[in-house]
This record gives sequence, structure tokens and C-alpha cells, in this order.
Amino acid sequence: MADRWLQILLSIIHSRNFYGSFRYSAFVTYLCDRLKNHPSPDSRMTVRLKIKALTTIVLAWVVTAHVCASTDDPAAIPQESAATEISDSSHAAAAESANEEGGFNAGEMIMEHIMDSHEWHFFTLTRKDGTEWHASICLPVIIYTPGVGLNVFSFHKLHHPQVYKGFALDEENHIVRTDGKTFYDFSITKNVMQLFIAFTLMLILFISVARNYSKYGVKAPKGIQSAIEVIVLFVRDEIAKPMLGEHYKKYLPYLLTLFFFIWINNVMGLIPGSANVTGNIAVTMTLAVLTFILMMFSSRKSYWLHMVSPPGVPLGVKFILVPIEFISNLIVKPFALMIRLFANMLAGHLLVLSFIALIFIFAALSVLAGIGASIFSVAFATFIYLLELLVTALQAYIFTVLSALFIGETLAVGSDHGSEHH
Amino acid sequence: MQLLTPGLGLIFWNTLIFLVVLILLRKYAWKPILKALDDREKTIDDSLKTAERTKEEMNALKSEHEEMLQQAKQERMAIIGEANRIKEQIITEAKEKAGAEAAKITEDARREIENRKMEAIVDVKNQIGAMVVEMSEKVLRKQLENKTEQEEYIRRLADDITRNN
Repeated sequence: MADRWLQILLSIIHSRNFYGSFRYSAFVTYLCDRLKNHPSPDSRMTVRLKIKALTTIVLAWVVTAHVCASTDDPAAIPQESAATEISDSSHAAAAESANEEGGFNAGEMIMEHIMDSHEWHFFTLTRKDGTEWHASICLPVIIYTPGVGLNVFSFHKLHHPQVYKGFALDEENHIVRTDGKTFYDFSITKNVMQLFIAFTLMLILFISVARNYSKYGVKAPKGIQSAIEVIVLFVRDEIAKPMLGEHYKKYLPYLLTLFFFIWINNVMGLIPGSANVTGNIAVTMTLAVLTFILMMFSSRKSYWLHMVSPPGVPLGVKFILVPIEFISNLIVKPFALMIRLFANMLAGHLLVLSFIALIFIFAALSVLAGIGASIFSVAFATFIYLLELLVTALQAYIFTVLSALFIGETLAVGSDHGSEHH
Repeated sequence: MQLLTPGLGLIFWNTLIFLVVLILLRKYAWKPILKALDDREKTIDDSLKTAERTKEEMNALKSEHEEMLQQAKQERMAIIGEANRIKEQIITEAKEKAGAEAAKITEDARREIENRKMEAIVDVKNQIGAMVVEMSEKVLRKQLENKTEQEEYIRRLADDITRNN
């Protein structure tokens, strides 16, 4: 009897099934052990992050490819423009060249995204019959013509090539007067609209934060208040105080407004579909001129004296040095402010848009090339985009810190040149 | 080139918007925020200073307390010493006093005893005297019952008186 049982037991042990199940269970146990003990919460987090990042990239790729494909259907743009717009010879040539490239003009697309315009264009759908449907908002046109007066109308009135109140569109979509008179355009353009949005956002954000302060008093900040507070403190302690010394209180509201104005506009400019406000030279010029005006108003006698006759410099050198000083202080500094912000923000947008344009350039060659290019393009564009996120804050900081520095110089703060005169 | 030519309209609107934002935020946002931050910093500063001061005070109090404790200990020792001394003194004094009192009481008792004894002796003497007189009287009366003996006695008395004189 016992012999029989032993035989059965041995046969079970020797069967392949038993070994198989044993090995499998050992593997599961090993896996469970690893999962239970080995991966720390950190590594699990990184795995989750990796999965999320991958999903995001894939999603972004799919969405971008989809949206862009619907926006610029090859050959549709030139056809439509040729069909509907004024058949100008140069324009026809441009359309032809676009046709030769496979219907996609990267330069045109990028310029359209970067430049200011009278309508807020989101995307275009092409119907089967070749006609297009533009998802865009026509913004108000406000034009003052000396001698004629103020004209306010929607850009929609000029949309189809037609003349309205003596205004028409030229081949580059610019408003011109049919009678050739000079006029001043104060239109609410896309950038102005974006400025208004930023304006509203800033007011809501900071006044609500200020209300929080009056609500909580000297207690610890809460919610968005804590985020704003860090930046306010940074501007105060790292920018205003070191650059302006004891005068910092007078200029702090300007510096804070400047910083947040630039930053918010920079960040909003990164949102797809929004206007690139700080990448427009008019905006940066205005800000630079405001800083320049502040410099001039805050300047002390010593600042000018130093420029007119730098102390400790031989007379002969003065003839060279004084004009240089004048140019550097009065022209170069505000000019540098203007160009730096403008160029930085413009360059970032150009890069992102160029990478996206690459997809369509390759897609015009073949669909497969387009898909292949889109992977790399989206990856690079995402990288540049993330870099731009950093640049938004960095440029706002640089503009503010330089403004403070230039104002501080006119106040003769902290400079050894100034202290000689006091 | 179009990129580098600033548009007049945008300059105008940007200046307007920026200045309005600046003025509004200066009044309604930066002023309260900066004031609150200043206040908070001041509060924190004050609190820290107060804490420091309190700590110092605590330290001072502690040392004072210790000093007081030491003093109290010394005083206690002094008081105990004094008490011991006083106790000793009282005991000696009491002993002395008790001794003196006892001596006085003994003296008094002795004197009283003496007095009483003298009184008793005097009394006894008087009584003996009276008894002697009485007995003598009785004896004399017995002896002098007849006339001759009376005369004899008178004569002897008279002799005695003359002899003593």
C-alpha cells in the first residue's frame, strides 16, 4: 500500500507539469517580492511620470498632426486665394511658388502666427468643394484720418475684397486708403485684444490677492497668494532693493507691474492660438520708452555731470568719451531693453513654429515622411516650448532687473562714480 | 522688415493699458500687498525680538531664582543655627532658673521649718512655763495650807529678796 502511494508521489514530482507550475509560481513569487520590496516610492513615481510624459507626447503628436492637417490642406490655400482675392501678379507668383513647394509655405505660416493682425484666426476648415471655412474673430478697426475723422468698423467689412468707407486691403492684407491719404491705425488688433485679456487677468489676479491680504492680515498666505507673494518678495528683495537702494519704494510698483506684465504676456503668448505680444517690437518699445522716461525723470544732477565731464579723465579722452557716454546711456540702454525682449520672445516662437512647419514640408513630400518628421519635430518643439517656459520668466526678470539698474544709475545708487560727488 | 516696424496703434494701446494697469495695481494691489508684507515682516521681527527678550528675561529670572534659592538655603541654615543656639540658651537658662528656683524653694522651706520650730519651741516653753507655774501654784497651795508654813515661806522669800539685794 505504502509503495503505491510513493509511486504516485514520485510520478507527480517527476512530471513536467509539476516542475512547470513550480517554476512559474517561483517566478511570480519573485516578481511579487520585487514589486513589494524593491521599487521605492520614488522609482514608482518616475515610472508613472514616464508613462504620463509618453502619453502626453503621443497625444500632442496626434492632436498637432490632426489640427495642422485640417488647418492647411495642401493646395487649398493658393486655390482659394487665387479664386477669391485680387488677381495681383505678384500674389499669383507667390501662389505658384507655394504650389511648387507642395502647397505649403512655411514662411507665410510662421509670419501669420507671429505678426499682428486685424482678425483672430484659430483654424481653417476646407470643404470638399475646395472652399474654406475660417474660424476667426474679426476685430474692430479704428482709423483716424486727418481731415476725414474717425472711422470705426469691423474688419469683416474688409474681409472679402471690397472697399468700405474708402478703405481696402492690399495684397499683403494691410489696410490702405483708396485715395492714398495718410491715416493712423488705432485698431483693436489681435495683440491689443491679447493685451486687454492680460490686463483683465492681471487686475483680477492681483486685486483678489490683495483682498486676500486684507482678509488674512499678517497670517501665512493661502492659495495663489503664496505664489504671487514669492515673486513680489523676489522683485522687492532681489531687484528693487539692490538696484535702487533706499529709493526702492518709489519704483517698486512700476517694477512689479513691469515684471508681471511681461511675464503674463510672455506666458500667454505661449498658449497656442494666442497672440505673441511680447514678440512684437511695438510692445517692447513702449516698455523700454517707459523705463527711459522714468530714467530721465529720476535722474540727478550727478548723473548728467558724469556724462558731460567724467571725472579723472584727460581732456583729450573726454572728447571721445562724452559722446560714447551719451549714446550708451540715452540710446543704447533703452534700445537694448527693447531688442532683447523682442528678439528672445520672437526667436522662441520662430523655433517652435519652424519645427512644426517641418512636418508639413516633409508631409508635402510623402505622408510617411510627414509622420516620421512629426515625431522628431514634436519632440524638438516640445523641448523648445519647455525652454520657452523658462525664458518667459527669465526675460521678464532681465527686463525688470535692467530697468531697475538703469534707473538706479541715474539715481547714482551704489556706483562708486556717484559716491564721489556726494 | 515688417517685424521691425512698430505699429502706432499697438504702441498707443500698450501705453494706455500698461499705464492703467500700473495705476490701478499700484493703488489696489501693490500698496495693500506690500503693506501687508511689511507688516508681516515687522510682526515677525517684533515676535523674534520679543522671544529673544523673553528668553533673556527668563534667563535673568532663572539666575535670580537660583540666587534666591541659594539665599533661602543660607537663610534656612542661619535660622536653623540660630534656633539651635536659642534652644541651647533656653535650656541652659531654664536649667539655671530651675536650679535657682529649687534653691529658693528649699531655702524658703527651711526657713519656714525653722520659724515653725521656733514657734513650736516658744509655744512649748510657754506651755511648760505655764504648767510649771500651775504646778508650783498647786504645790505651793498644798504646802501653804497651814499658817506656819505660810509664814515660813514668806520669810524665806523675804530672805531671798534681801539676800539678792
